[in-house]
Amino acid sequence: MKKIIELKNISKAFDGETVLDNISLDIYDNEFVTLLGPSGCGKTTTLRLIGGFEYPDEGDVVFMGERINDTPPHKRNVNTVFQKYALFPHLNVFENVAFPLHERKLPKAEIKEKVDQMLSLVMLSGFAQRSVTSLSGGQQQRVAIARALINHPKVLLLDEPLGALDLKLRKDMQQELKKIQKSTGITFIFVTHDQEEAMSMSDTVVVMSEGKIQQIGTPQDIYNEPVNAFVADFIGESNIVDGVMLEDKKVKFAGHIFDCLDTGFEKNEAVDVVIRPEDVDIVPEDKGMLCGTVTSVTFMGVHYEIIVDIKGFKWMIQTTDGVEVDAKIGIYLEPDAIHIMKKSKYSGMFGDYSSFSNELDELSNPGGEDEE
Amino acid sequence: MRKKHSGRLAITQYSVWSFLFVVVPLIFIAYYAFTDNNFSFTTENITRFFTATSNLTEDDGTVREVRTYILIFMRSLKLAAISTAISLLLGYPIAYIMARASEKAQKTMMTLVMIPMWMNFLIRTYAWMTILQDTGIINGIIGKLGIGPLHMIGTETAVVIGMVYDYFPYMILPLYSIMAKMDTRLFEAARDLGCNSFGVLRRVIFPLSLPGVISGVTMVLIPSISTFYISQKLGNGKFFLIGDAIEGQYVANNLHFAAAIAFILMVILLVCMALVKYFTAKHVYGGE
Repeated sequence: MKKIIELKNISKAFDGETVLDNISLDIYDNEFVTLLGPSGCGKTTTLRLIGGFEYPDEGDVVFMGERINDTPPHKRNVNTVFQKYALFPHLNVFENVAFPLHERKLPKAEIKEKVDQMLSLVMLSGFAQRSVTSLSGGQQQRVAIARALINHPKVLLLDEPLGALDLKLRKDMQQELKKIQKSTGITFIFVTHDQEEAMSMSDTVVVMSEGKIQQIGTPQDIYNEPVNAFVADFIGESNIVDGVMLEDKKVKFAGHIFDCLDTGFEKNEAVDVVIRPEDVDIVPEDKGMLCGTVTSVTFMGVHYEIIVDIKGFKWMIQTTDGVEVDAKIGIYLEPDAIHIMKKSKYSGMFGDYSSFSNELDELSNPGGEDEE
Repeated sequence: MRKKHSGRLAITQYSVWSFLFVVVPLIFIAYYAFTDNNFSFTTENITRFFTATSNLTEDDGTVREVRTYILIFMRSLKLAAISTAISLLLGYPIAYIMARASEKAQKTMMTLVMIPMWMNFLIRTYAWMTILQDTGIINGIIGKLGIGPLHMIGTETAVVIGMVYDYFPYMILPLYSIMAKMDTRLFEAARDLGCNSFGVLRRVIFPLSLPGVISGVTMVLIPSISTFYISQKLGNGKFFLIGDAIEGQYVANNLHFAAAIAFILMVILLVCMALVKYFTAKHVYGGE
């Protein structure tokens, strides 16, 4: 596979505040890459560096082997679908899509042909003469995509393009974007904070936090083998428990010794143990490896989401069995349900379901001095 | 309920106010324009505007018969158009810089634009007389440098300078307010789609700023076309403008003809504005 974009040791600060801290990333031709992270993690800045709207303080942006740090956006073979679309309100749909072609001074007939073709690709044929302000969010989205694709860029940058759409439309657009990416063969770099979106669309997911890349991998890798508590918590739901690696394939946590599949840790090394809520089996109390009391049951449609207090630590378990609040249950873990991670600076910050969001934790614990 | 009620009251007050001070005076102007001294109907005042002639001595001494008021009107239009064009060319970049500056800088610049408006219009014009006179400040300075003297007072240039200075804020304000509202992501989108800086200006900023341009042009052109004081003071009375004509007729107690000139001027301006609006409607977006 051919490298199309290389980010080399890039750092960027705004007003003395570090936004990107020495990140390096290779993006390959014809790849669907998603930059995933919470707001303020530097994902949009990374995208803007590639688009040419920001310049790195340190490091290099390399495009097809050529350093393009100082190349202005209009000279880059990269186009962007902006957050909230940024369509030109003084132009109609046709003129918006034709905008880059007019800039290249193509003959009228050729422009018409290309625009018509592009509008049919995004299923907006017949909307050419509409005013963009009269379109729905989904239609505006399509215009923005058509406009960004019409020059056939090598790379398309998408900055949270689906954020403003409702759930069903978002799902449709995810499918459609993926289809467009496959059929055009253009490299897509997609920015989102929605982990489900990242999982369902991407070939490669880049998880970012606090200006650093935490993990790069396929959606399966990232989900099944998160490198630290941040990734495990951000991608899907996870119970993250303090543990000790007794020896290869033996881990002790919550006062019990479990068989697992992980190797390569020091003897008695302190580790973070990740257990996905859907991997926990509920068994009668006397047959469980661990026992606890159900503190809440939420019906989610496909399954129940139950919170179980096991020795003071709140676990989340997803189950299709009905369980009553205050019931005593046992849990059983298969070896492959357990994933071991090295301790990181994120250890202890995530993975306890006393509350779902950090924000609530902070609210109920103002000042935060009590912790640690 | 109460809120609704007070809203209706405000509208009523506004209607009464605008009826008394806008509609009634307009009716009076029209009434005077179409009546003679005995207040019987006539179109003579109107016809006089278009047909009155006088003899104009050219620079080379030849004498030419001209239609007095048409000539005066065209002269007013020319000076007003030049002033408006200069205001626009100066004001556009300044408004853009203001709109993109930091919030604090925007406030400072706005205050600087507004301060001259707090001073009396006559005093400002007098100030320009002392600046532009043959013995004025400018000639004092360039005289020390061994240049000049530059004869400025009593020229068309002086009148234009006065008009630009007096009406400049009316150009800046609408331009600034529309530019400050512009979504800068649109500029990024244009650059992304292949525009250099000039392309962004030509294809995005300018078309989006058109409503501001139109109101700025209107707000400078109309007072400049009908001004009389500036041309009297800075033009030494040599450039008789349509405003001077109205004032002259009024002072001479010729109220009906004064009203007729004002009426015709108003009609011409309204027609012009309607045309401008019609031809730019396509480009002016109504969004947000």
